[in-house]
Amino acid sequence: MSSGIENHTPVSLRGLSADDPHLQPAARNPERVEKVIVFNFVLGTLFGFLFIVAYIQNWQPWILGGAMAGCLTLLGIGLIAWGKYLMPRGPFVEDRHEFRNSDEDRSAFAAAIVQRGGGLVKRRKLLTGLFAGGMGVFSLGAVFPLLRSLGPLPKGTLFHTDWRKDSYAVDITGRRVLVGDLAVGSIVTVFPEGQQDTENGQAVDQTVLIRVSNQDFTTMKGRETWGPQGLLAYSKLCTHLGCPVGLYEQQLQLLVCPCHQSMFNVNNGAVPQFGPAPRPLPQLPIYIDADGYVRAQSDYREPVGPGFWERA
Amino acid sequence: MTDVIETKRSKKLAKGPFGAVGHALNELDDRLGTAKGGRTFLDKIFPDHWSFMLGEIALYSFVILLVTGIFLALYYIPSTAIVTYRGTYLPLYGQKVTEAYASSVNLSFAVRGGLLMRQMHHWACDIFVGAIVVHMARVFFTGAFRKPRELNWTIGTTLLTLAIVNGFLGYSLPDDLVSGTGIRIAYSIILSIPVVGSYIGFWVFGGNFPGTMVIPRFFVLHEFLVPLLILGLVGAHLALLVRQKHTQFPGPGKTEENVVGTPMFPVFMAKTTGFLLVVGGVTALLGAFAQINPIWQFGQYHAANISYAVQPDWYMGFLDGALRIWPSWTFHSFGHTIVFNILVPSVILPGIVFGIAYAWPAVERKLTGDNEIHHLLDRPSDRAFRTSAGVALLSFLMMLFIASSTDVIANFFHISLDTVLWTMRILVVVVPLIAFPFTYKICKEMQNFKGAGKRKTTNVVSRTSEGEYVSTASPRYVDDIPAHLAPIPVPRFINDVEAPEEDADGSGTRVVER
Repeated sequence: MSSGIENHTPVSLRGLSADDPHLQPAARNPERVEKVIVFNFVLGTLFGFLFIVAYIQNWQPWILGGAMAGCLTLLGIGLIAWGKYLMPRGPFVEDRHEFRNSDEDRSAFAAAIVQRGGGLVKRRKLLTGLFAGGMGVFSLGAVFPLLRSLGPLPKGTLFHTDWRKDSYAVDITGRRVLVGDLAVGSIVTVFPEGQQDTENGQAVDQTVLIRVSNQDFTTMKGRETWGPQGLLAYSKLCTHLGCPVGLYEQQLQLLVCPCHQSMFNVNNGAVPQFGPAPRPLPQLPIYIDADGYVRAQSDYREPVGPGFWERA
Repeated sequence: MTDVIETKRSKKLAKGPFGAVGHALNELDDRLGTAKGGRTFLDKIFPDHWSFMLGEIALYSFVILLVTGIFLALYYIPSTAIVTYRGTYLPLYGQKVTEAYASSVNLSFAVRGGLLMRQMHHWACDIFVGAIVVHMARVFFTGAFRKPRELNWTIGTTLLTLAIVNGFLGYSLPDDLVSGTGIRIAYSIILSIPVVGSYIGFWVFGGNFPGTMVIPRFFVLHEFLVPLLILGLVGAHLALLVRQKHTQFPGPGKTEENVVGTPMFPVFMAKTTGFLLVVGGVTALLGAFAQINPIWQFGQYHAANISYAVQPDWYMGFLDGALRIWPSWTFHSFGHTIVFNILVPSVILPGIVFGIAYAWPAVERKLTGDNEIHHLLDRPSDRAFRTSAGVALLSFLMMLFIASSTDVIANFFHISLDTVLWTMRILVVVVPLIAFPFTYKICKEMQNFKGAGKRKTTNVVSRTSEGEYVSTASPRYVDDIPAHLAPIPVPRFINDVEAPEEDADGSGTRVVER
């Protein structure tokens, strides 16, 4: 405590004598600190043994992890204490050196690049141009195997689904949906028959079938025949980011997207009533055939899912 | 041939005063000339301030990510081929799942130590990104990014970007319901890019979403390409640090021309190795006791299924929040759609945020006209504008982060979603606007506060026999220098400040009068 100030003036490590106070441990009572560190190391090692035993015995993961945590943390704390209290206490200092080189060195370097290199380029414009052109052509060519081969072009893919005229609506198990299967207020996810277990069918064709009444139901003008016996079919892909619109709020007649809480009003053409979705869910025109099966009149009349550049 | 008897001792002596180690070092120096540089490296000085530890947390959680990640990669199968799950987790038994999902569940339950490794990997990732952000804030608010360290700031910002990207890629790999929803959203975000969006989307996914290519491709990116980039940039980050040496806070004996602290060998090496172990220990503790991403509960991803309260990892929160509160504006014209409702919050907004981060050193140099070399750090309050700007940006991101839980907040507090949404929309704008002047004012007050930032000795309050209370400054710390650190009176009002009293007798004690 007494002669502290001089000893805490930073010194350079170079040329320090072995008995310099800066090289002494920082702890006032090194023996006691050593005991604490010994305790840490021993206990940490015991945890290490526990880790091995837990692994061999295939004990619960939390015992394995707890043992690992105990081992690493205790060994780590011991090592930190060793470094902090029993190693040279310092403080030490080192000098910085300016990065800037002398003006001559700088101009020599710049000259080497600008004069030596620049001269080459200027004097041989034809060669420079030809070489650059050749490399450019190669780079363009290399783009094709590197990028173009990654996947097909979108073309019309984003505009269509697998729903066709007269497609049967089937549930996830592939069973054709009958109009009588749905009571008023119930909902089922349907796919065009044959697509219920394909990647594309799951991702693109997914459609919710909701029964809102027993009468033919018109959601908006021009869709007079789309809701036979109160059955409405909407694309299940949220027009915001394409999450499945998986929640049906029966009382309010809302379809809710759990991702970002867009809400679509089932009764008036799934117009977004709340949230970040910009467009109504596309409605699938359906009819009920003579046997009572739910079938599509055609594909969706507009692209399903979120917006993209090519979409009109 | 020779008369000298070779004993163990004589052999040892022949190797010189430093024995076998010295001998090996000399052999190395003969070939590579390592002696001088090696000595300089061992003598490298590390400042003692605690805030320099934040970057170490990032570095060491990256080490943990590499180790646990290699373990996981040995068992994970990056394939979307459909198999029947016949593992040990009964609720899933017999279900048709992808190999990616089945192997993720298997490495959690069937591989000994697998669940621990998976949870540690996930936790280490969250810690990694968090430590980078906090480390970056330290560098920003203390001005450590200033000349000559702009390049290292740029590398660090790139590392943050890569860490977030790789976190998302890794989150996607188990092919569970939640991660699949995340990929779906990412695909829609790519689609929103004008002109080339659908092409990029089809090339990344090998066709329309989801296809069968995305898992194997994300795997190659996640465990090879991006880690390689991170590793290389971390190397460059540290190489620049060694070359340019550490910054340091101003203080006794600390100047622009030196670095004060502890040497690389042995002190810092012991402390930092210990710290690596502690970071590993804490991660193991989290991995052991705090469940994270229980994919067996979410189930296999099916594009037509969805779960309620789907939240991404925390570092994606600001994007998710922005997507929630941004209004549904899109633009249709000339047969094309510009999907502003996605483009703005998820492409343009992060572009601006990271753009600000990249550009800040150059912008500040331009604004202040300060083109000098700086090795001594700023106190944040001395740079009121920079500090306020940083606080405003962070508060903006924090509000977006909170906005990513609108549904959970509405549910928890039983208020309408509409109220929460509009509250967040307002707060996202208002909070940064308030935070800026507020921080600015605090900084200015602190600048006016004479002696602010200097360590003050504590006062000892004692009662005399007459019952009077006397406050006496306690003895100063051993490493304090009187001229710098004289105790100062605490002002009663914030602007009512006097110059520190001279410490007349040099004893460091002083009766405070009232």
